[in-house]
Amino acid sequence: MARKEYLASIYLQPKPFIYDGFVLKSEGMKQLLKSKNYFGLIKELALTDFKLKYQNSVLGYLWSLVSPFSYFLVLYLVFTKVFKVGGDIPHYPIYLLLGVMIFSFWNEATAIAMGSIVSRGDLIRKVYFPRIVLVISSTLTSLITFILNMLALVVLALFTGVTFGPSSLLFFLLVLELYVFIMGVSFYLSALFVKFRDIGHIWGVLNQILFYATPIVYPLALVPNKFAKFVVLSPLTQIIQDARRVLIGISVPSTGDYWAFNLWPHLLIAVIFVSGYFLFQRMAAKFAEEV
Amino acid sequence: MSQIGTAKKEEVVIKVENVSKTFKIPHERHTSLKSAALNSLRKKNYTKFEAANDISFEVKKGEFLGIIGRNGSGKSTLLKMLAGIYAPTNGKITINGKLSPFLELGVGFNPELTARENVYLGGAILGLSHKEVEAKFDDIIRFAELEEFVDMKFKNFSSGMQVRLAFALSINAHAEILLMDEVLAVGDSNFRAKCMNEFLKYKKEGKTVLLVTHDSGAVTNYCDRAILLRDGKIIKIGKAIEVADRYVSENIKDDEIRLGKEEDIRKKQNKGGNTRDITADIENKKVKKTAEISGVKLFDIEGKEKLVFETGSAIDIMINYKIYREIQGFNIGVGLYNSEKDERVFSIDTHMDKFMIDKNKKSVILRIDNLPILKGNYYLNVACFGDTENTYYDIKQKYLDVKIFTKGRESEYRGICNIEHEWDLGE
Repeated sequence: MARKEYLASIYLQPKPFIYDGFVLKSEGMKQLLKSKNYFGLIKELALTDFKLKYQNSVLGYLWSLVSPFSYFLVLYLVFTKVFKVGGDIPHYPIYLLLGVMIFSFWNEATAIAMGSIVSRGDLIRKVYFPRIVLVISSTLTSLITFILNMLALVVLALFTGVTFGPSSLLFFLLVLELYVFIMGVSFYLSALFVKFRDIGHIWGVLNQILFYATPIVYPLALVPNKFAKFVVLSPLTQIIQDARRVLIGISVPSTGDYWAFNLWPHLLIAVIFVSGYFLFQRMAAKFAEEV
Repeated sequence: MSQIGTAKKEEVVIKVENVSKTFKIPHERHTSLKSAALNSLRKKNYTKFEAANDISFEVKKGEFLGIIGRNGSGKSTLLKMLAGIYAPTNGKITINGKLSPFLELGVGFNPELTARENVYLGGAILGLSHKEVEAKFDDIIRFAELEEFVDMKFKNFSSGMQVRLAFALSINAHAEILLMDEVLAVGDSNFRAKCMNEFLKYKKEGKTVLLVTHDSGAVTNYCDRAILLRDGKIIKIGKAIEVADRYVSENIKDDEIRLGKEEDIRKKQNKGGNTRDITADIENKKVKKTAEISGVKLFDIEGKEKLVFETGSAIDIMINYKIYREIQGFNIGVGLYNSEKDERVFSIDTHMDKFMIDKNKKSVILRIDNLPILKGNYYLNVACFGDTENTYYDIKQKYLDVKIFTKGRESEYRGICNIEHEWDLGE
């Protein structure tokens, strides 16, 4: 109750202008924009992390291509030579690589973001800034890697004869959707990880299951209808399938082919993002004590 | 409140209203879901600790406010709440103006980055934009005297260079309100003085400074007003010098209680005094006791027994003795030693002063009217001997621990002795 009052005093008091625990001098929007300095902090942290990640290694950024590519190669050999499920799909290598890259972006970004608060405990205990900055900057670092990986994929796709049309630009919308989804989930994970370290292990196991519950290596068309109906409710399925449609230009089923109301994944992402944001902000006030 | 005629109202930049902070200290930490789930079924498994209790005060623009208190009085908690790091459990804090916490230097610096990169990163953490850092970059590097090392990695800097860079960045992150923790002032005295001068400069520029410390001297020297905290509550708020004096007297009281307790324990264990060396010798040689010191007590001017005194106060040392056999020229000596350095401050005996001890009485009293000793921990050695100093009858080493406090201006004096002095203008 007392906390609520405190929060109310922070968020509801009209003047002076109050921003996330801070009361800045009231000058209306001008002051709000002043807090854009935190965008500078996000940028600085994200770029620093990216720089440090590949510092002192000869291949540098190229290492981040090695992991999805080697995974892709193994899967490709298994599913074309052993199980022979992918053979009928046009541009199967790119089809598979796109799925693997999107999933490993999701997997890596959420895992790193989960620890973003805990690993910066020293900073949190000594200086104030909106804690959410840490989550956003950590997901941004992963986003940079993902975008570079996608450039490599596009080059590869051109070599294998994929032609891009104007509709391929829709892919950017899908990346945005995926990024919002990752942020929403990261809000939950990073805040809860401060209190419960089990989440790290649980998340690892969940993601392993999720990899095979998402039509990445196998075509969705092969899945019996009664299961596929639920598989397409996952935003990851929808994003990967739609990405294949717009980028490679092949027709694969997506959420809309199973449900009349095809906004389910988007709705889910919105709910997770908004609720995650509020949960995070609620818990953020105590991070300095608990981390 | 606001006087008629004063056009400009004094602006309140920090307003703290009924702020409390309670920490729940768990008996065991639950960082796994299983233990958290189990724990929710059990009874509450934590103790509450009130680090701040109903604190209210205001700080006006341009003020230099000191927050003073002993360890655990809640001053750091209060500072962290003002800095926005902790959220208060109750109450409200309003801050008007850009606030810069000076709790630690070089927060967020990464050893793998160069000086240049660290300045941009550290600046961003302090709330500066890239442009703002760019504009100040040359100043910062010049202040830190690191012009030639801009692109060297931070980890290769000497610790002195690291501190200089961190300090230069913080001091250039111009904010309107500065929160400063005493940890900053630790270090060599030059650096401390440099810090303090920078903060005084801030004050001259009309900025507000809050200084958290447990040093009464810093409060009297730099602050206009001060707040004395104890057990999370404000005991006194007012003029810096008054608050500092109150703080010193509080400490005297506390130490008296503590030393008294220790004394009791020791007396129970040793049956009076830490008898060592010589006494052991006497016992080993099976020399029968000729005389002994049976007790030493210290009294203040009102005749109250004490172990903590203030510089400049009066002190009476009463030494009880027992004489078992006929002695030629019975002599009692007292020595005052500095505990930290084990150095003799002053020692005398009755023979030196040509004072004759009456063998039929039980005690002598050494009177000191004006104790010219500065703050610190001291101990007393007491001994009795015959005609020559070599014939000890009894010696009590470290018999009593004495604590001396210094108030006001004099608390800034260094050394162990307070020499009477005055300054005069020369030609």
